[in-house]
Amino acid sequence: MKYIDEFRDPEKAKALFREIETLAAQIETPDDKPLQVMEVCGGHTHSIFRYGLEAMLPAKVELVHGPGCPVCVLPMGRVDDCLALAARPDVILTTFGDAMRVPGSKKSLQQAKAEGADVRMVYSPLDALALARDNPEREVVFFALGFETTMPSTALTVLQAEAEGIGNFSLFSNHITIIPTIRAILDSPDLRVDGFLGPGHVSMVIGTQPYDFVARDYKRPLVIAGFEPLDILHGLWMLLKQFAEGRCAVENQYDRIVHSEGNRRALEAVARVFELREFFEWRGLGSIDHSGMRIREAYARFDAERRFPLPQVKIADPTSCQCGEVLKGVIKPWQCKVFGKACTPETPMGALMVSSEGACAAYYQYGGGSRQPVPVEAAE
Amino acid sequence: MCLGIPGRIVEITDVERKLGLVEVAGVGRQVNLACIVDEAHPLERCVGDWVLVHVGFAMSRIDEDQAAETLAILAELGEVQEELAAMRGSGKAGDTMPKRKGPGS
Repeated sequence: MKYIDEFRDPEKAKALFREIETLAAQIETPDDKPLQVMEVCGGHTHSIFRYGLEAMLPAKVELVHGPGCPVCVLPMGRVDDCLALAARPDVILTTFGDAMRVPGSKKSLQQAKAEGADVRMVYSPLDALALARDNPEREVVFFALGFETTMPSTALTVLQAEAEGIGNFSLFSNHITIIPTIRAILDSPDLRVDGFLGPGHVSMVIGTQPYDFVARDYKRPLVIAGFEPLDILHGLWMLLKQFAEGRCAVENQYDRIVHSEGNRRALEAVARVFELREFFEWRGLGSIDHSGMRIREAYARFDAERRFPLPQVKIADPTSCQCGEVLKGVIKPWQCKVFGKACTPETPMGALMVSSEGACAAYYQYGGGSRQPVPVEAAE
Repeated sequence: MCLGIPGRIVEITDVERKLGLVEVAGVGRQVNLACIVDEAHPLERCVGDWVLVHVGFAMSRIDEDQAAETLAILAELGEVQEELAAMRGSGKAGDTMPKRKGPGS
């Protein structure tokens, strides 16, 4: 337990590790296979690697780093659409910093910016709206992405633009929604996940009720947890307790932030502005039904997809890239053929290497803290 | 973007747009408060509250101890520096943002 002194409350952490160990020893699995627990949230992934949690867990518990990093699952075709928007002389393309390095089929937004395109990093969609206010002769497009955590912010920004009658602001919506994604993971034939650590801040918006189907229909336990290391350990302990007692339920470890009904104001704004797409393309996972959000007809004038011609070409993931298998827990990051070689955080090939919340970048950065720091050469 | 950052509401700056000045680790930032106000907790009573801020929107009220704890962890994850850099780098055109370059330049 070489990292345990780094915990804010090492005694509490030690006690949780001990209890997790005790519970794990009580749980019987066929052929003593490890229990696979998927953390759906990229924030969890980052914490797990930063604090080396995986290495300190009993062998019975295996963590699978799920698709909860919205930057990581953005398909190349959508980045190309963004590049097409950025190439227009009338457009100021605005986006979160995380999205700048995501590779498109030929380049990233960062490269386009270096070549002279007017691409600007903003902290908030409100800053993009301010740019539109200050540049009435330009079209300001905000490259919107994220799960339900960031969806209310873009919805409220659109409503603000409407209230002020700002006509030169639009969204290129790449928002994705968590529930169909979890359902797709559960329906995937090559996946064997025994339980889930549910995302904290998505759940702060949507509440706990939307997850009920996971326990009811798929008989898998799900515990919503905060992203701090003690939250994650506590959440894992709650999951193991369910396994040990042969129960499966949706439970909430993060009740200081997450309430069962979610955030009503945020949900109202989202429902006013957005609706489900029939399907949406994910990097590494392919197309998932009803997993993306688009702007409703009533707000069409704020929709960059309706207002500007876009290539909308579907680009296949690079064949050497195994992000999909990593996302579904079929292989570990270091088992990917290009991990650490052709694909590094400086020059990412696969999306999981782009953001610190992607499993590959996190493993690359904090690899020593993982259970099996297998050198690339030694991997199969 | 997804983890958010705790901050304290210092003053209400725009009632109509539901904006307030929030101090985040010593940096002041305009934050939209629409998601944390309701009949029971109107805008004018928000001053002094600690909130979790996601991309410029307060999404949840938290208590002061939680805020301190969360900030410490976020600092260890490198997220505080990243968020503050994003806040400082973002802004109005012609202010902290670079001036627009002409096409082709």
